Amino acid sequence: MTALLETRELTCVKDDRMLFEGLNLALKPGQILLVEGRNGSGKTSLLRILTGLNLPESGEVLWQGKSISDVGADFYEQVNYIGHHDGIKRDLTCLENLRLVQAMGKPLPISLDDALEQVNLLRFGDNFVATLSAGQKRRLALARLVVTEASLWIMDEPFTSLDKASMVLFQRMFEQHLAAGGIIVMTSHHDIEMPDSDVQRLDLSA
Amino acid sequence: MKRLSLSQAFWFLLRRDLLLAMRNRAELANPLLFFVMVITLFPLAVGADPNLLSRIAAGIIWVAALLASMLSLDSIFRSDFEDGTLEQLLLSAHPLPVLVLAKVSAHWLVSGLPLLLIAPLLAMMLGLDSDAYGVLLLTILLGTPVLSLIGSIGVALTIGLPKGGIILSLLVLPLYVPVLIFAASAIEVVSSGLPATAQLSMMLAFLFLALSLSPVATAAALKMSMS
Repeated sequence: MTALLETRELTCVKDDRMLFEGLNLALKPGQILLVEGRNGSGKTSLLRILTGLNLPESGEVLWQGKSISDVGADFYEQVNYIGHHDGIKRDLTCLENLRLVQAMGKPLPISLDDALEQVNLLRFGDNFVATLSAGQKRRLALARLVVTEASLWIMDEPFTSLDKASMVLFQRMFEQHLAAGGIIVMTSHHDIEMPDSDVQRLDLSA
Repeated sequence: MKRLSLSQAFWFLLRRDLLLAMRNRAELANPLLFFVMVITLFPLAVGADPNLLSRIAAGIIWVAALLASMLSLDSIFRSDFEDGTLEQLLLSAHPLPVLVLAKVSAHWLVSGLPLLLIAPLLAMMLGLDSDAYGVLLLTILLGTPVLSLIGSIGVALTIGLPKGGIILSLLVLPLYVPVLIFAASAIEVVSSGLPATAQLSMMLAFLFLALSLSPVATAAALKMSMS
């Protein structure tokens, strides 16, 4: 199988500091890439470059063999990005937030109640996000993965403020996504145990 | 399921922003209160001479509208920037300029439209020449959307800066001046009994120019600010 997501000679410079250079990656359907490294080693920068939010100093990111800036909407339709911020509005309810997520992406035919149930927020559908705890907000942010159809999940510390049970829940969800031919790129300070999946590791401190 | 059509996405985002504005009514009232207060303070400061007030009424209303519009600019993208939804909009499969236009339209509906609605009352209070009412409203109707559209470019450029407020004013104010000049001139010529077609046509041209160019510029500026 050919690689869906590739990088060619990626170089990232931030504040005159070389974070990484000549980075070549290739990810096939069903693979997960764990990006590791010290604080400030460029993990977030790499993830943002892969989404197209940031531009690399040199090199390019390819999706199905074409540069992501040329592919445009067909690439963005396939990307789910979970960054440091949850990307949800405090003054909207959980359901309203999910509707917005679906409207901006490619919606999956799933009822929003089912989606909330999958992330254990069913009782909170009509609650304002402002009233949720940090972990609940994170779960709502991750519900983005359930309601939209995207094959590439890029996640920056998705487990921040999650409890153990939720971490297991989302790891199962990641495994299902990989089994269905999806790709995941993520950073995490937590130990990831997915014995059945094709796990690659990239250490940016090395 | 297919993703929403472009117009559906536009209306969805517009409705979302209006809903958010309704839930933050205090913020919504801020520019309107400013507008009303500045205008009511003028007669106290310059004296209640009806002739003087009616002569400077249009100018006062327009300067106050311009400052009120600038005051509210930052809120176009601020909360979306802080909670990360702006990032998600940038990554949306929908074209960013269309989404930007939806946000700016919502912003005008909650910050520009109220000025238009309250302006007749304030014009009456200042004793503006009654022949000039129609043209005053027309200039506000055509002019305030231009202010929001131009302002959105400035906000997009400065959103990532720690103290962007001052730069925003310096950046945007010079671009507001032509709108102010043509609006004031339109009201002046009508008050002296001449038709203001030329000035109003110019303002309409400004509006179409801003409608077509500013969302593209704002989208590009946002991409730059977010990287």
